[in-house]
Amino acid sequence: MDQFTLNLLVVGASFALYVGIAIWARAGTTADFYAASRGVNPIVNGAATAADWMSAASFISMAGLIAFVGYGNSSFLMGWTGGYVLLALLLAPYLRKFGRFTVPEFIGDRFYSQTARIVAVICLLVISITYVIGQMTGAGVAFSRFLEVESWQGLLIASGVVFIYAVLGGMKGITYTQLAQYCVLITAYTIPAVFISFQLTNNPVPALGLFSTHAESGLPLLAKLDQVLLELGFQDYTGNHGSTFNMVLFTMSLMIGTAGLPHVIIRFFTVPRVADARKSAGWALIFIALLYLTAPAVGAMARLNIITTIFPNGTQEQPIAYDERPDWMLNWEQTGLLAFEDKNNDGLIQYYNDRSEEFASVAAERGWEGNEMVTFNQDILVLANPEIAQLPGWVIALIAAGGLAAALSTAAGLLLAISSAVSHDLLKSTFMKGISEKNELWAARISMAGAIALATYLGLNPPGFAAQVVALAFGLAAATLFPVLMMGIFSMKMNTEGAVAGMLAGLFSTVLYIFTYLGWFFIPGTNMLPNTPDNWILGISPLSFGTIGAIINFAVAYAVMSVTREPPQEIQELVYSIRVPRGAAGAIEH
Amino acid sequence: MSDKSSSNDAYWKANVRIITICLIIWAFVSFGLGIVFRPLISWIPIGGTDLGFWFAQQGSILTFIALIFYYTWYMNRLDREHDVDEQ
Repeated sequence: MDQFTLNLLVVGASFALYVGIAIWARAGTTADFYAASRGVNPIVNGAATAADWMSAASFISMAGLIAFVGYGNSSFLMGWTGGYVLLALLLAPYLRKFGRFTVPEFIGDRFYSQTARIVAVICLLVISITYVIGQMTGAGVAFSRFLEVESWQGLLIASGVVFIYAVLGGMKGITYTQLAQYCVLITAYTIPAVFISFQLTNNPVPALGLFSTHAESGLPLLAKLDQVLLELGFQDYTGNHGSTFNMVLFTMSLMIGTAGLPHVIIRFFTVPRVADARKSAGWALIFIALLYLTAPAVGAMARLNIITTIFPNGTQEQPIAYDERPDWMLNWEQTGLLAFEDKNNDGLIQYYNDRSEEFASVAAERGWEGNEMVTFNQDILVLANPEIAQLPGWVIALIAAGGLAAALSTAAGLLLAISSAVSHDLLKSTFMKGISEKNELWAARISMAGAIALATYLGLNPPGFAAQVVALAFGLAAATLFPVLMMGIFSMKMNTEGAVAGMLAGLFSTVLYIFTYLGWFFIPGTNMLPNTPDNWILGISPLSFGTIGAIINFAVAYAVMSVTREPPQEIQELVYSIRVPRGAAGAIEH
Repeated sequence: MSDKSSSNDAYWKANVRIITICLIIWAFVSFGLGIVFRPLISWIPIGGTDLGFWFAQQGSILTFIALIFYYTWYMNRLDREHDVDEQ
């Protein structure tokens, strides 16, 4: 059986499974649709949260993201996991106790204000829509790469599958498909990782292999990697080459951004008890860590492996000839993720850092006229692993199914956050107050269909800023929703005026700072200052600004609160009640 | 005010205290050992590099998991002691 048929079979089987689950987990009520009737086991919710959280980018790109920078990009590892500590300690149990369906609903009730609720809906929509564009394009790319269809065809197929289980099952359908998707993606990620780790270090656990001995050279793996990189003019892997200050700010922005993402928060509304919300965050982090501890190991090992493949006798000796390059390189050249150009016409592949001025003299001495691996896409470190490790075809097919599972599960979670904000926060509470339960369920399904159509459209016609949007989503979640949710729980006296002013200040300061350097609405050329460290205020990168936006939010909120009236007595009682677990309504029977 | 609400105040105070302790550890392992204090502990070797690198890539994540489960366990006990647990 050829690889294409195998990919089709494995991906097709995984889709059949998702659709089967959707039919089994149909939503009968709005409580089903918005919160799976709060009957989800906390461990199951942990796995669903992990799938909800880990996107196509985590699955396909994160290993490469870390491997091409090294230590400096550890921010992603700490930032994207540390946020769960904030969720478990500061938000999830209290929001679960409050016992409603959406994040803006909490903000509206706690700050006794429709204005606060609408501002929260706006923040939620900006965050989730920017985030979902990346997922849809990711799904399209994954399809086109593995199933030999055009990217737009892939996107339509992906939308169709999400449509079936999200419109039919709402949160209930999404939860159980996410559980299945987590199983698919973690299996797909782990199998090739175990093999490459075993081949390089004789240790089958990649996270341990990273700190073990490189079998071929007898040196510690990381020391060997540092050595070959330095010998080719690159920066060493384990050193810190960026600004420590920005690394702290960026890590913090990712952490509080993670804790403020609505599609993650609403997952904790689905468990039966407050104690389960805490526990579930711990399980979510265990499931996430299984991938996040493996990814940096895979990245480092794959990068070392590719270099030693090109320089089989060591980086001081001649590299291999073009004619001798392994088959997997030939295969991936066809996709454009890998490309070579024999610049000095000697028939050998010279891979080195031709942008290093210090290394230029060494390169000239060796007769090298430029780096000949002209394209080396970071995604290849994950995608090509099964072939590098010479694993059977079904493992390659599994990677295809895993990448799609990661993209679809995150997209579905985001779409639910978007559609419930529309049907529950806008329609039910603002424009159609008397809507019946049955009609609201219909409204929720129609909003979901509308959100899918919008996401598909944006995936087909991505605004030319796909790469930057995730930074914007995290920055805004950090600067708007996280502070206001935290103040709503931890400050008895925080009032409407403070919360609305804080959210708006966080929103506008963050958007202004990002657009100043990256262009208005990311349109190239419209930036007011060049995006270089000398132009950044106090050296703060636009990607790290979420932390500053959050501080502005807190400061403005407290300043405005101190000069406006106290919240009414019943709101202070509400805050008292969300602080204690007793009295949370359990799972909804029907 | 009744005994119940003063017990609830004590519960909340104990909760804020344990949250503060957990967040100090949370910040110490990631921002501290993983980033800012890395040069100070660079003399401790681990698998071809130094301890700060391990904390940045693995140690902080493992500590985060331990922190959440410790907090969960502690709060379940605290909920019962203050009689505010879910029955």
